[in-house]
Amino acid sequence: MVNPIPVDKELLRAENLCHSFTEGSQKTEVLKGVSLKVCAGETSAVVGPSGCGKSTLLYLLGLLDRPESGKIFLNDSEVSGSSDQARTALRNSSIGFIFQFHFLIKELTAIENVALPLRKSGMGEKESKERSFAVLEKLGLGSKVQRFANKLSGGEQQRVAIARAMVNSPSLILADEPTGNLDTENSENVFEVIQELAETESLGVLIVTHNSELASKTNRLIRMKDGLIVKDG
Amino acid sequence: MKSLNFELAWRFVLGKKRAMTMSLLGIVLGIAFFVITQAQTSGFEAFFIKTILGTNGAIRISDRFQDMHGTVRSTSKDGKTRFFFHSKEGARYTEGIENAELVRNALGQFPEISGISEILEGNAILNGISRSQTIQIHGIVPEDHIMVSDLEKQIIRGQFSTFELDPMTILVGNRIGQRLMLQEGDRVNIQGGNGNLQLRIAGFFETGVSQIDKNRVYVHLSTAKAFTGKRFSGSIFQLSMFNPPKAPEIAAQIQQTIGHRVVSWQEREQVWLDVFKALRISSAITVSSILLLSGLGIFNVFAIMVIEKTRDIAILRSMGFKPSDASSIFLWQGGIVLFFGILLGAFVGIVCTYGISQIPLRIRGIFSTDSFVVNWDISHYFWAIIIAIVFVSIASWIPARRAARIEPAKIIRETL
Repeated sequence: MVNPIPVDKELLRAENLCHSFTEGSQKTEVLKGVSLKVCAGETSAVVGPSGCGKSTLLYLLGLLDRPESGKIFLNDSEVSGSSDQARTALRNSSIGFIFQFHFLIKELTAIENVALPLRKSGMGEKESKERSFAVLEKLGLGSKVQRFANKLSGGEQQRVAIARAMVNSPSLILADEPTGNLDTENSENVFEVIQELAETESLGVLIVTHNSELASKTNRLIRMKDGLIVKDG
Repeated sequence: MKSLNFELAWRFVLGKKRAMTMSLLGIVLGIAFFVITQAQTSGFEAFFIKTILGTNGAIRISDRFQDMHGTVRSTSKDGKTRFFFHSKEGARYTEGIENAELVRNALGQFPEISGISEILEGNAILNGISRSQTIQIHGIVPEDHIMVSDLEKQIIRGQFSTFELDPMTILVGNRIGQRLMLQEGDRVNIQGGNGNLQLRIAGFFETGVSQIDKNRVYVHLSTAKAFTGKRFSGSIFQLSMFNPPKAPEIAAQIQQTIGHRVVSWQEREQVWLDVFKALRISSAITVSSILLLSGLGIFNVFAIMVIEKTRDIAILRSMGFKPSDASSIFLWQGGIVLFFGILLGAFVGIVCTYGISQIPLRIRGIFSTDSFVVNWDISHYFWAIIIAIVFVSIASWIPARRAARIEPAKIIRETL
């Protein structure tokens, strides 16, 4: 990875985020004013009961959705009001997503899946594959780079998804239940990989999880309830 | 960035082989059928036009008319014309061309005309060995007439040169020859006009137009004039043109200039041309419906694919793909299927058109052929491709637009 960010530098700041969903005539307030910071080299876990707004918070921070009110700063720049084009570019360059399901494209090989964000950023095919190979090798998948996504085991698929999130050297990794679909052994392995990458690459990592054991291993625990952060630290 | 979208589209197409093959097949069949049917209908039409141009020329000039327009006008008190009736009812027609040389000189001023043949028409009875038949005599100047017709190529037995060199020879329609059991070199007697005439058969011609082949004979113009007694008038002119489609326009100009009735081949054969036109349009509509159905098939496949690929699109969006990239991937898929559909469809069209042209089919009546007539025209491929492009573009554009509207957060949230 290139240009490691100094540890403890503020990467992301959210101020008073509010969001709701409307279904028919019924409006459900999901976030009721959430504020938090994510720093480089720090792994944070967001925990809380189902429906408390964890995932919604993650998608807002990841610029996949727009908050109804409140502000989001990424590397000190206000991004919540940016254009769709700017947000799309930021998702490509600064944010890596890991989901509960690997969400790999089954028509592509492992290395092609990982290379997608690089290719999207304009990098050539050869260079992007070299870089993707390096990341996959680092994650112990060097011998399986040419396998199609659906020919890999669950743990391997999730590691490929992590490699895809990492390959563009983002400053922030947002993970939504990254081990939720894995057995205990694979969960521990995947979590170790994420934590190690956060430390070595000085990444800010925000993990939404139900797994309290996994959450307890992070640097910081954020507890949410009814759309609010009730405990941070 | 297009190449990455294209690569993804290519992979998605390969990932749905069966559905894509069915879509491809629809386009291939649509294009091929379009080309084949157009090649046949326009082939017969083109062959018919070639036959009539080669037999009766592009323009025919016949009777002279004296302009005696009947005009009735009603004028109101303030001097304005209330109605105006202009009639040609009173025009006086004189059979044949008067002052043929003057008319020929006038026609020489039209650069579009490539040949002029003076023809004297008349009726007679041809006496064979055992039977007789009423015939139409066409007196021609051989070297002039081959400039306005395919008579030389229409000779199926005998020699045109024999006829050309000897004014006492005759060219006989093939059907007359068969009916009267005549042979090349036979002497025949023609009865009528100013008496009898003994002529030697130089050859037999076949135009394919049965009315001509079973009624017409050609003799030298001088012979015909002597036989009919019309030495100075009564003949008509048959003209050929460098650009036959312009015949109506030139015919109108000639009529205006020389005051004779001038008929273009389009006016003369309007009934048959309308029949061919109707057939061509009808087959184009029928075959376009195949392309429309294949377009619907593609729409169906892509619409389902967008639903199936919703999650993948959401993921692509999460890693920086724009809405336009998502739609571009689906448009590329349509483009890939269309490209191969066009290539294969055109190839199948060529092969089948050639195959059909080899099918034996004997037609005599409005033209003469022993196999299916096809027309190799690039415009058939052009229009088949245009129709396919329109249908496939619409069929892939709608799902592509839907793909671009996918909200990644919503999809990912619903998937989890």
